[in-house]
Amino acid sequence: MRRVVILLLIALLALPAWAVEPSEMLKDPALEGRAREIGQSLRCVVCQNQSIDDSAAEVARDMRRAVRDRLSAGDSDAQVFDFMVARYGDYVLLKPPFKLGTLVLWLGAPILLLVAASAIMLTALRRRATAPLPPLSDEERDRLRSLLGR
Amino acid sequence: MSRRVLFLLPLATLALMAGFFAWSLMAGRDPASIGSVMVGRPAPRLDLRALRNGDKPLSDALLRTGKPTIVNFFASWCTPCLAEHPLFMRLAQREGAVIVGIAWKNKPEDALGWLAKLGDPFLYAGLDFDGKTGLDWGLSGVPETYLIDGNGIVRFHFRGPITERDVTGVILPFLKGGKP
Repeated sequence: MRRVVILLLIALLALPAWAVEPSEMLKDPALEGRAREIGQSLRCVVCQNQSIDDSAAEVARDMRRAVRDRLSAGDSDAQVFDFMVARYGDYVLLKPPFKLGTLVLWLGAPILLLVAASAIMLTALRRRATAPLPPLSDEERDRLRSLLGR
Repeated sequence: MSRRVLFLLPLATLALMAGFFAWSLMAGRDPASIGSVMVGRPAPRLDLRALRNGDKPLSDALLRTGKPTIVNFFASWCTPCLAEHPLFMRLAQREGAVIVGIAWKNKPEDALGWLAKLGDPFLYAGLDFDGKTGLDWGLSGVPETYLIDGNGIVRFHFRGPITERDVTGVILPFLKGGKP
């Protein structure tokens, strides 16, 4: 038991395997931290759904380096994102922007939830509004008793 | 709404989904396609050392000559590049197309050896060893091909190798008309 607990604790210590290589990292830990945050929300353009920090693809490495170059040159985070969007479009953003083309994406689920919730609420209210059933007549009670075999 | 109609709701949902899936399959929709934001914009910066010794470096001026120009990123290690290479040879020899070749992440001697063996369709050839120019062009890998009109505006961006159909359907009309 104790061994299992220790093993589990060790497993918790494991860090995610980033593709960022030590040679790529910036010396300034604050800048490198910002680069990591940006890198995790930029989508690798050849691997469907990985961030550039997760991907070992050539292009992803180039993009990581470009992020660091821009940050070192004094760009803000927003400027770095703009730099990437200017080259690869909104596709590179793992969090898509809120605009006309993405309305369904952003609002679809909440609206569906709202519709479903109001439908459930309406049925519940309607059910409550119906009057309670009248009690059984003697005749019905006899029939019920014979049906149940008592 | 009557209750009966409500029972049809799951069926309607299924029909809607089936319709979407059928459309996805039939309409040739490619979910892996990342599109290109370059089309319709002025061509990105071009400032590269020449691949061939003795050539002049490549600059933006090459893309604003008034003549439609093809820009092709390739590498000697790239198999699909091998597949599309004969098409570029034909475009250069038969159509006299202006083709700018850019060796991407390729050692110059490897790229030159590859061209020496297969033929060199490029009027101008540049070297993008570190991939920085590729990034400026929104490149996702090799091969990729851009059609630039005489005013330096990107009109087409092919990701992946060009095919016979691209040549007859898009590239040849583009070269003749200057516009798609």
